[in-house]
Amino acid sequence: MKQRYDVLIIGGGMIGSAIAREMSRYQLRIGVLEKNLDVCYETSGRNSAVVHGGFAYDEGTLKARLCVEGNRIMGDLARELDFPFLRCGKVLVGNTEEDMETLKRTLVQGEKNGSQGLEIVDEDRLHELVPAAVGRFAMYSPNSGILEPFKYTIALAENAHQNGVDYYFDHEVTGISREEDGSYQVATIQGDYRCRWVVNAAGLGCGKISDMLGIKGYRIIGSKGDYIILDKRTGPLLPMPVYPVPSNTYMGIHVTNTIDGNVTIGPNADLVDNFEYYGVLQKNMDYLAESASRIWPHINRGDYIRNYSGILPKWVDEQGTIQDFRIEIRDDLAPHAINLVGIESPGLTAAVPIARYAIGLMKDREELKENPDFNPVRKGIIRFEEQSKEEQARLIQENPDYGEVICRCEKVTRAEILQAIHNPLGVSTMAGIKYRTRAMMGRCQGGYCQMRLEQMIEEELGKKETEVLYARQGSQVLMGKVRGEA
Amino acid sequence: MEKKDVIIVGGGPAGLAAAVELYEKGITDILILEREKHLGGILRQCIHDGFGLTRFKTTLSGPEYAQRFIDQVLEKQIPCLTDTTVLEVSQDKVVTAASRDGMMQFQAKAVILTMGCRERTRGALAIPGERPAGVFTAGVAQAYMNLYNRMPAKEVVILGSGDIGMIMARRLTLEGAHVQAVFEVQPIPSGLPRNIEQCLNDYNIPLYLSHTVTDIHGNSRLTGVTVSQVDEKMRPIPGTEKEYACDTLILSVGLIPENELSIDAGVRLDNRTRGALVDEHFQTSVEGIFAAGNVLHVHDLVDFVSMEAERLADSAAEYVKNGSLEECPLEIGTDANIGHTIPQRISGRRDVTLSMRVRGVFKNCRIVVRQNGVEIAAKKMKKALPAEMIQIPLKADRIGENGKLEVSVEC
Amino acid sequence: MLKEFTCIICPNGCEIEAEIADGKILSLEGAACPKGEAYVRQELTDPQRNIATSVLVRGGVLPLASVRLTSPVPKARIFDVMEEIRKITVDAPVKAGTVLVKGVLGYDSDVIVTKSVEKR
Repeated sequence: MKQRYDVLIIGGGMIGSAIAREMSRYQLRIGVLEKNLDVCYETSGRNSAVVHGGFAYDEGTLKARLCVEGNRIMGDLARELDFPFLRCGKVLVGNTEEDMETLKRTLVQGEKNGSQGLEIVDEDRLHELVPAAVGRFAMYSPNSGILEPFKYTIALAENAHQNGVDYYFDHEVTGISREEDGSYQVATIQGDYRCRWVVNAAGLGCGKISDMLGIKGYRIIGSKGDYIILDKRTGPLLPMPVYPVPSNTYMGIHVTNTIDGNVTIGPNADLVDNFEYYGVLQKNMDYLAESASRIWPHINRGDYIRNYSGILPKWVDEQGTIQDFRIEIRDDLAPHAINLVGIESPGLTAAVPIARYAIGLMKDREELKENPDFNPVRKGIIRFEEQSKEEQARLIQENPDYGEVICRCEKVTRAEILQAIHNPLGVSTMAGIKYRTRAMMGRCQGGYCQMRLEQMIEEELGKKETEVLYARQGSQVLMGKVRGEA
Repeated sequence: MEKKDVIIVGGGPAGLAAAVELYEKGITDILILEREKHLGGILRQCIHDGFGLTRFKTTLSGPEYAQRFIDQVLEKQIPCLTDTTVLEVSQDKVVTAASRDGMMQFQAKAVILTMGCRERTRGALAIPGERPAGVFTAGVAQAYMNLYNRMPAKEVVILGSGDIGMIMARRLTLEGAHVQAVFEVQPIPSGLPRNIEQCLNDYNIPLYLSHTVTDIHGNSRLTGVTVSQVDEKMRPIPGTEKEYACDTLILSVGLIPENELSIDAGVRLDNRTRGALVDEHFQTSVEGIFAAGNVLHVHDLVDFVSMEAERLADSAAEYVKNGSLEECPLEIGTDANIGHTIPQRISGRRDVTLSMRVRGVFKNCRIVVRQNGVEIAAKKMKKALPAEMIQIPLKADRIGENGKLEVSVEC
Repeated sequence: MLKEFTCIICPNGCEIEAEIADGKILSLEGAACPKGEAYVRQELTDPQRNIATSVLVRGGVLPLASVRLTSPVPKARIFDVMEEIRKITVDAPVKAGTVLVKGVLGYDSDVIVTKSVEKR
């Protein structure tokens, strides 16, 4: 028996970390059990990174309500937690009468949901908004936006951590049992933990954890989407995301500007039951480029820098119809367990409202005392590249490590990489540095800097070369030394 | 702001050769800016032998070749700042750089761009599959092994028959890794014949042409790749898939001139070379900004990189002294069998050497340069390969004042 | 018997076709220079190769110093030569041109340093 907690949160992704952060406002001992080696290896880091307006969901659903709320507070959150967010707007472009009907219906639905500022715009206005978009008209959502999903998740987690939450990586949960005193025993691959409250924020694993809690029968399917990332030279051609007209269940293949000036294309939506496979398929890449070219004709293979895929956990009924978010406490089956099921899109937008809703359910059952020491403000790593020349000069003067550019494409300096290596959560992978600094994320994909990063991890953390991991357990980067003892 | 006659961006084989030659032409107010700790560029990790036969008439390893220029830079006390990254070159030739000592800016009369190139990556090729650790470009594997003393691989498959890939096949084999095969998507090898012989054949490493990697397996470290045959349009042929279990995939699939600084300076690029459009002075579309070496077009041999940079330096010296260079109104066009030429424009008043590559294998052919239909230069080739850079000297007295030049392959 | 060779002496990589009988060259075609014929003759009797690798450096600014052979050794002995080189460790500073092994395995070929490594 290792540790006793008031609350153990299973899953340290965007949702788990938002819950951890929001719960740390109260006097609770909180632990997060994460099966991966960092907080954004799965759905949290593998998505379109769009902050949604809330118009795409049926009126009265949690998805609609929490998305609109999440959109509303995102600016304040970004300031508090220091993650990149841009309220750039977005357009859904259409051409046919049928498209117009769908867009008008979407607009009405959006207004009912509380999504602000939606309007149908003609071709001229569309081209003012996005000169390169193709369509005869569009629905414009001025409050939609984009954020940096790795930094967002990391910010939530780091703020939770600085307010006392313990993070345990490489802690896959293998079983949950309820003791006679009402407490839970949570077994992981690295030992057992005890707690009064359990939170299932396991994302793709939500069905499995729900079963472990005794709340059986949720049917979770994966919707896997592949994406292509384009070089930053394409960024200026896309000031906001361009979407096609949505269907009932699927937003369609869109082109999205990223916070850092790249463009992503995707996703397709393949239904999968293997939640571990993130391979990108050739036919999907071809299909993405072909489909997206119809709404934004600037897709050239010469601009591809990377591809990736992500899987959304969708809760479906017997007929396969996608259901709303389920956030519940089943006092009959698993008291003191907050069960979150089917948290898919718009989970990124809605993460903090989802967390507050979940904590609301807890508060109905237990009085929570405010934590007087809670600090909502968290500072991220200062990006050299984003500073003015004067500020860059000042940074170097203060800390010469800011003068040593390690990643040439994204101009990431030694100072930033050192801060990332010594990150508060104790993540020690190459990908961990990448997500925190953007080193290796540029057009050369680490061709220039990855050896330096590997060496810095060895030196700073006292690891052997064979112990440095790329991202997951077993993702050893090197096999040994060329000369000298291994 | 500090003023300099010439700022050289990059202290590899091109930049060093340009610096030494400028100095010999009497231009001594030079500054080399190099982002690494040491001068020499990529040659520092190219420890194999085979450099220098043309430039120095002897065969040298990469570090030795670089050292010859570094020694001259040191001897002449040509100023250079290492560990210094150029962040921006502006159209009016203000160069901004950062180092541990701070931000610095220089106003230069001339800027020489010698940043070299980067390797094409898996993402740029859009190879499908998972994204495990263990997929490296050849240059990254080479740096790990030769600079960092780190062994990246045990069981290896190599995609692409570029020279660095083949050289790494040998290097990995010598250090105990097992290289199963090299696969090349094109019907012809992209590297030099001598490397097929001494890096692959010598070690019984098979080379499969018209094959490519169509899937990558593993969600932590690489566990294997799927290889397929491709048709004449380089599309994978269904049913030809074969699995190779391996922990490492090395990519040697092309080099891309590293022109991000050039683009920001307003330098126009050639879509074919992905380097700058230059005239016979190696001057880009921006007056006073010059480019040579692999940042201009990817070379087969470093000897030609240095020699190109030396010719650039002669022109840059003239530019610094006179404030201008002779106009280059004559354009050079190519037929479909020639990828490109360097330079793309000439004056017609001076002897000049055209560098080019063919786009297929041609046996017993002539590369012919014509102006207004008249042959003004030609080179007989027993075998012209895309892997080799071809150079054809043009004599000024054969070039007319008007009329575009056309380069073609005749068999 | 006709046999094809790719000359490795220089980057030209001449493709040489040689007619050979009883280990003797009867005729030879494709070599752009006399080195081609010498190469083929050597290949027929005793193929020779140079190799480049690295040795461990103690206390240097770099962990390795690159080395090569001053002249080629029999191709069949390459891995034996590698074994010899693997045993070497040098102390920084080490200068390019330094001979680390004179006459490796008894051949007329030395292992020399090709990259100077300063003391840390």
